[in-house]
Amino acid sequence: MIEPVLTAPPPTGWDALRGVLSRWGLGRNRYRVKPGLYGLGSPGPDAPVLVTANYKLSFDAVRRAMAGRDLWLLVLDTVGINVWCAAGKGTFGTDELVIRVRSVGLGDKVRHRVLILPQLGAVGVAGFEVAKRTGFKVVYGPVRVEALPAFLDRGMKALPEMRRVAFPLSERLMLAPLEFLQALRYFAVFLGLAAVWTLGRGGSASDLASAAWPLLGSVVAGTVVVPGLLPWVPFRSFALKGWLVGLAWAGFVCWAKPAGLRMAGGQLLLLPAVSAFLALNFTGASTFTSQNGVNREIGLFARPMAASALAGAVLLILHGVRR
Amino acid sequence: MSLGPGLRYLPAVASLKLDIEACTGCGTCVEVCPHAVFDISDRKASIKDLDACMECGACSRNCPARALAVSAGVGCAQAIFNSMLTGGPPDCGCGSDQGSSCCS
Repeated sequence: MIEPVLTAPPPTGWDALRGVLSRWGLGRNRYRVKPGLYGLGSPGPDAPVLVTANYKLSFDAVRRAMAGRDLWLLVLDTVGINVWCAAGKGTFGTDELVIRVRSVGLGDKVRHRVLILPQLGAVGVAGFEVAKRTGFKVVYGPVRVEALPAFLDRGMKALPEMRRVAFPLSERLMLAPLEFLQALRYFAVFLGLAAVWTLGRGGSASDLASAAWPLLGSVVAGTVVVPGLLPWVPFRSFALKGWLVGLAWAGFVCWAKPAGLRMAGGQLLLLPAVSAFLALNFTGASTFTSQNGVNREIGLFARPMAASALAGAVLLILHGVRR
Repeated sequence: MSLGPGLRYLPAVASLKLDIEACTGCGTCVEVCPHAVFDISDRKASIKDLDACMECGACSRNCPARALAVSAGVGCAQAIFNSMLTGGPPDCGCGSDQGSSCCS
């Protein structure tokens, strides 16, 4: 039973909005296209075959970059996850590609025997194995879909730069707000506890605010400042980068609002540790950290960070109690 | 666009190994590596920039001669913390963004 060729309506303004929302983690699970074979333009038996994920942002990015060309687009079922992440999980993988090539009857749709995959799909797909099992040769295209037209026009030869993953400021700043929002969940818990503590002891809202803004600053340091200034903050370790920026912030807090030694000690111990932890979490969003590297960082810094945060919190609570 | 000098991760941790005897010099590793770790000369691959390796595993998976080995995984602290809590393999439950990064 060969599946029919699918068509998708052109992206609309509503799609653009949903794309933004899905990047922010809203409605992401429903932002999918049906897996299968799509025709872009009016592809014939000699049209190239591109392979992508069934995350709608990925699908639309290919359509946008390839507008005006006649191609086949083979969409794998990656449960709505982008190519790189899905390849890491194995859903954008050898088995899924082989099954999909067969189920859409690709061998009868095209005369050639070439599949063009995004380079980052190589994390999950073994090209030589796909060739062995389907007769289709896998060619890895560029990392970024924007370079795909040039890649095709050059006879499927990539320039070295097309093969490199970058991590420009624009991309880091797009990820920063999301990191910040995720960290805010923890901050909200702190704020709730602090509100009960402060107001329960007859404090005012401004007492609460003065307890909260230093910590909020250390969240910004770890989730926005470190990602933004990533290449320029000293140290290669993300935890140390976060610690350093957090320390600068804690120094500023102590200078701006001097409140005794115990308070200063508490801020200097707690705030940098919070920033360090959040910056360490940004390894997951970065495009160049390795698992063994992150393991090394955790082994070196997790305990000192936790101890510092705990000691700082104790000092700050003592400061609050004695007041 | 390349990463640039400021964006380098910890040195001397990557687990990537090349079996030079097994290598046939086909160049697939050069093609799939997103950080230009490999070079080909005299019909053999070489690791010219080990510290740039992010252990994504694309090279070893696509090496027809099985000359490459790497403990592939995600360089994601949250994933590793998750696995410490659950005892399972590191998994960050990722899936957002514009396809060039993970875990957010």
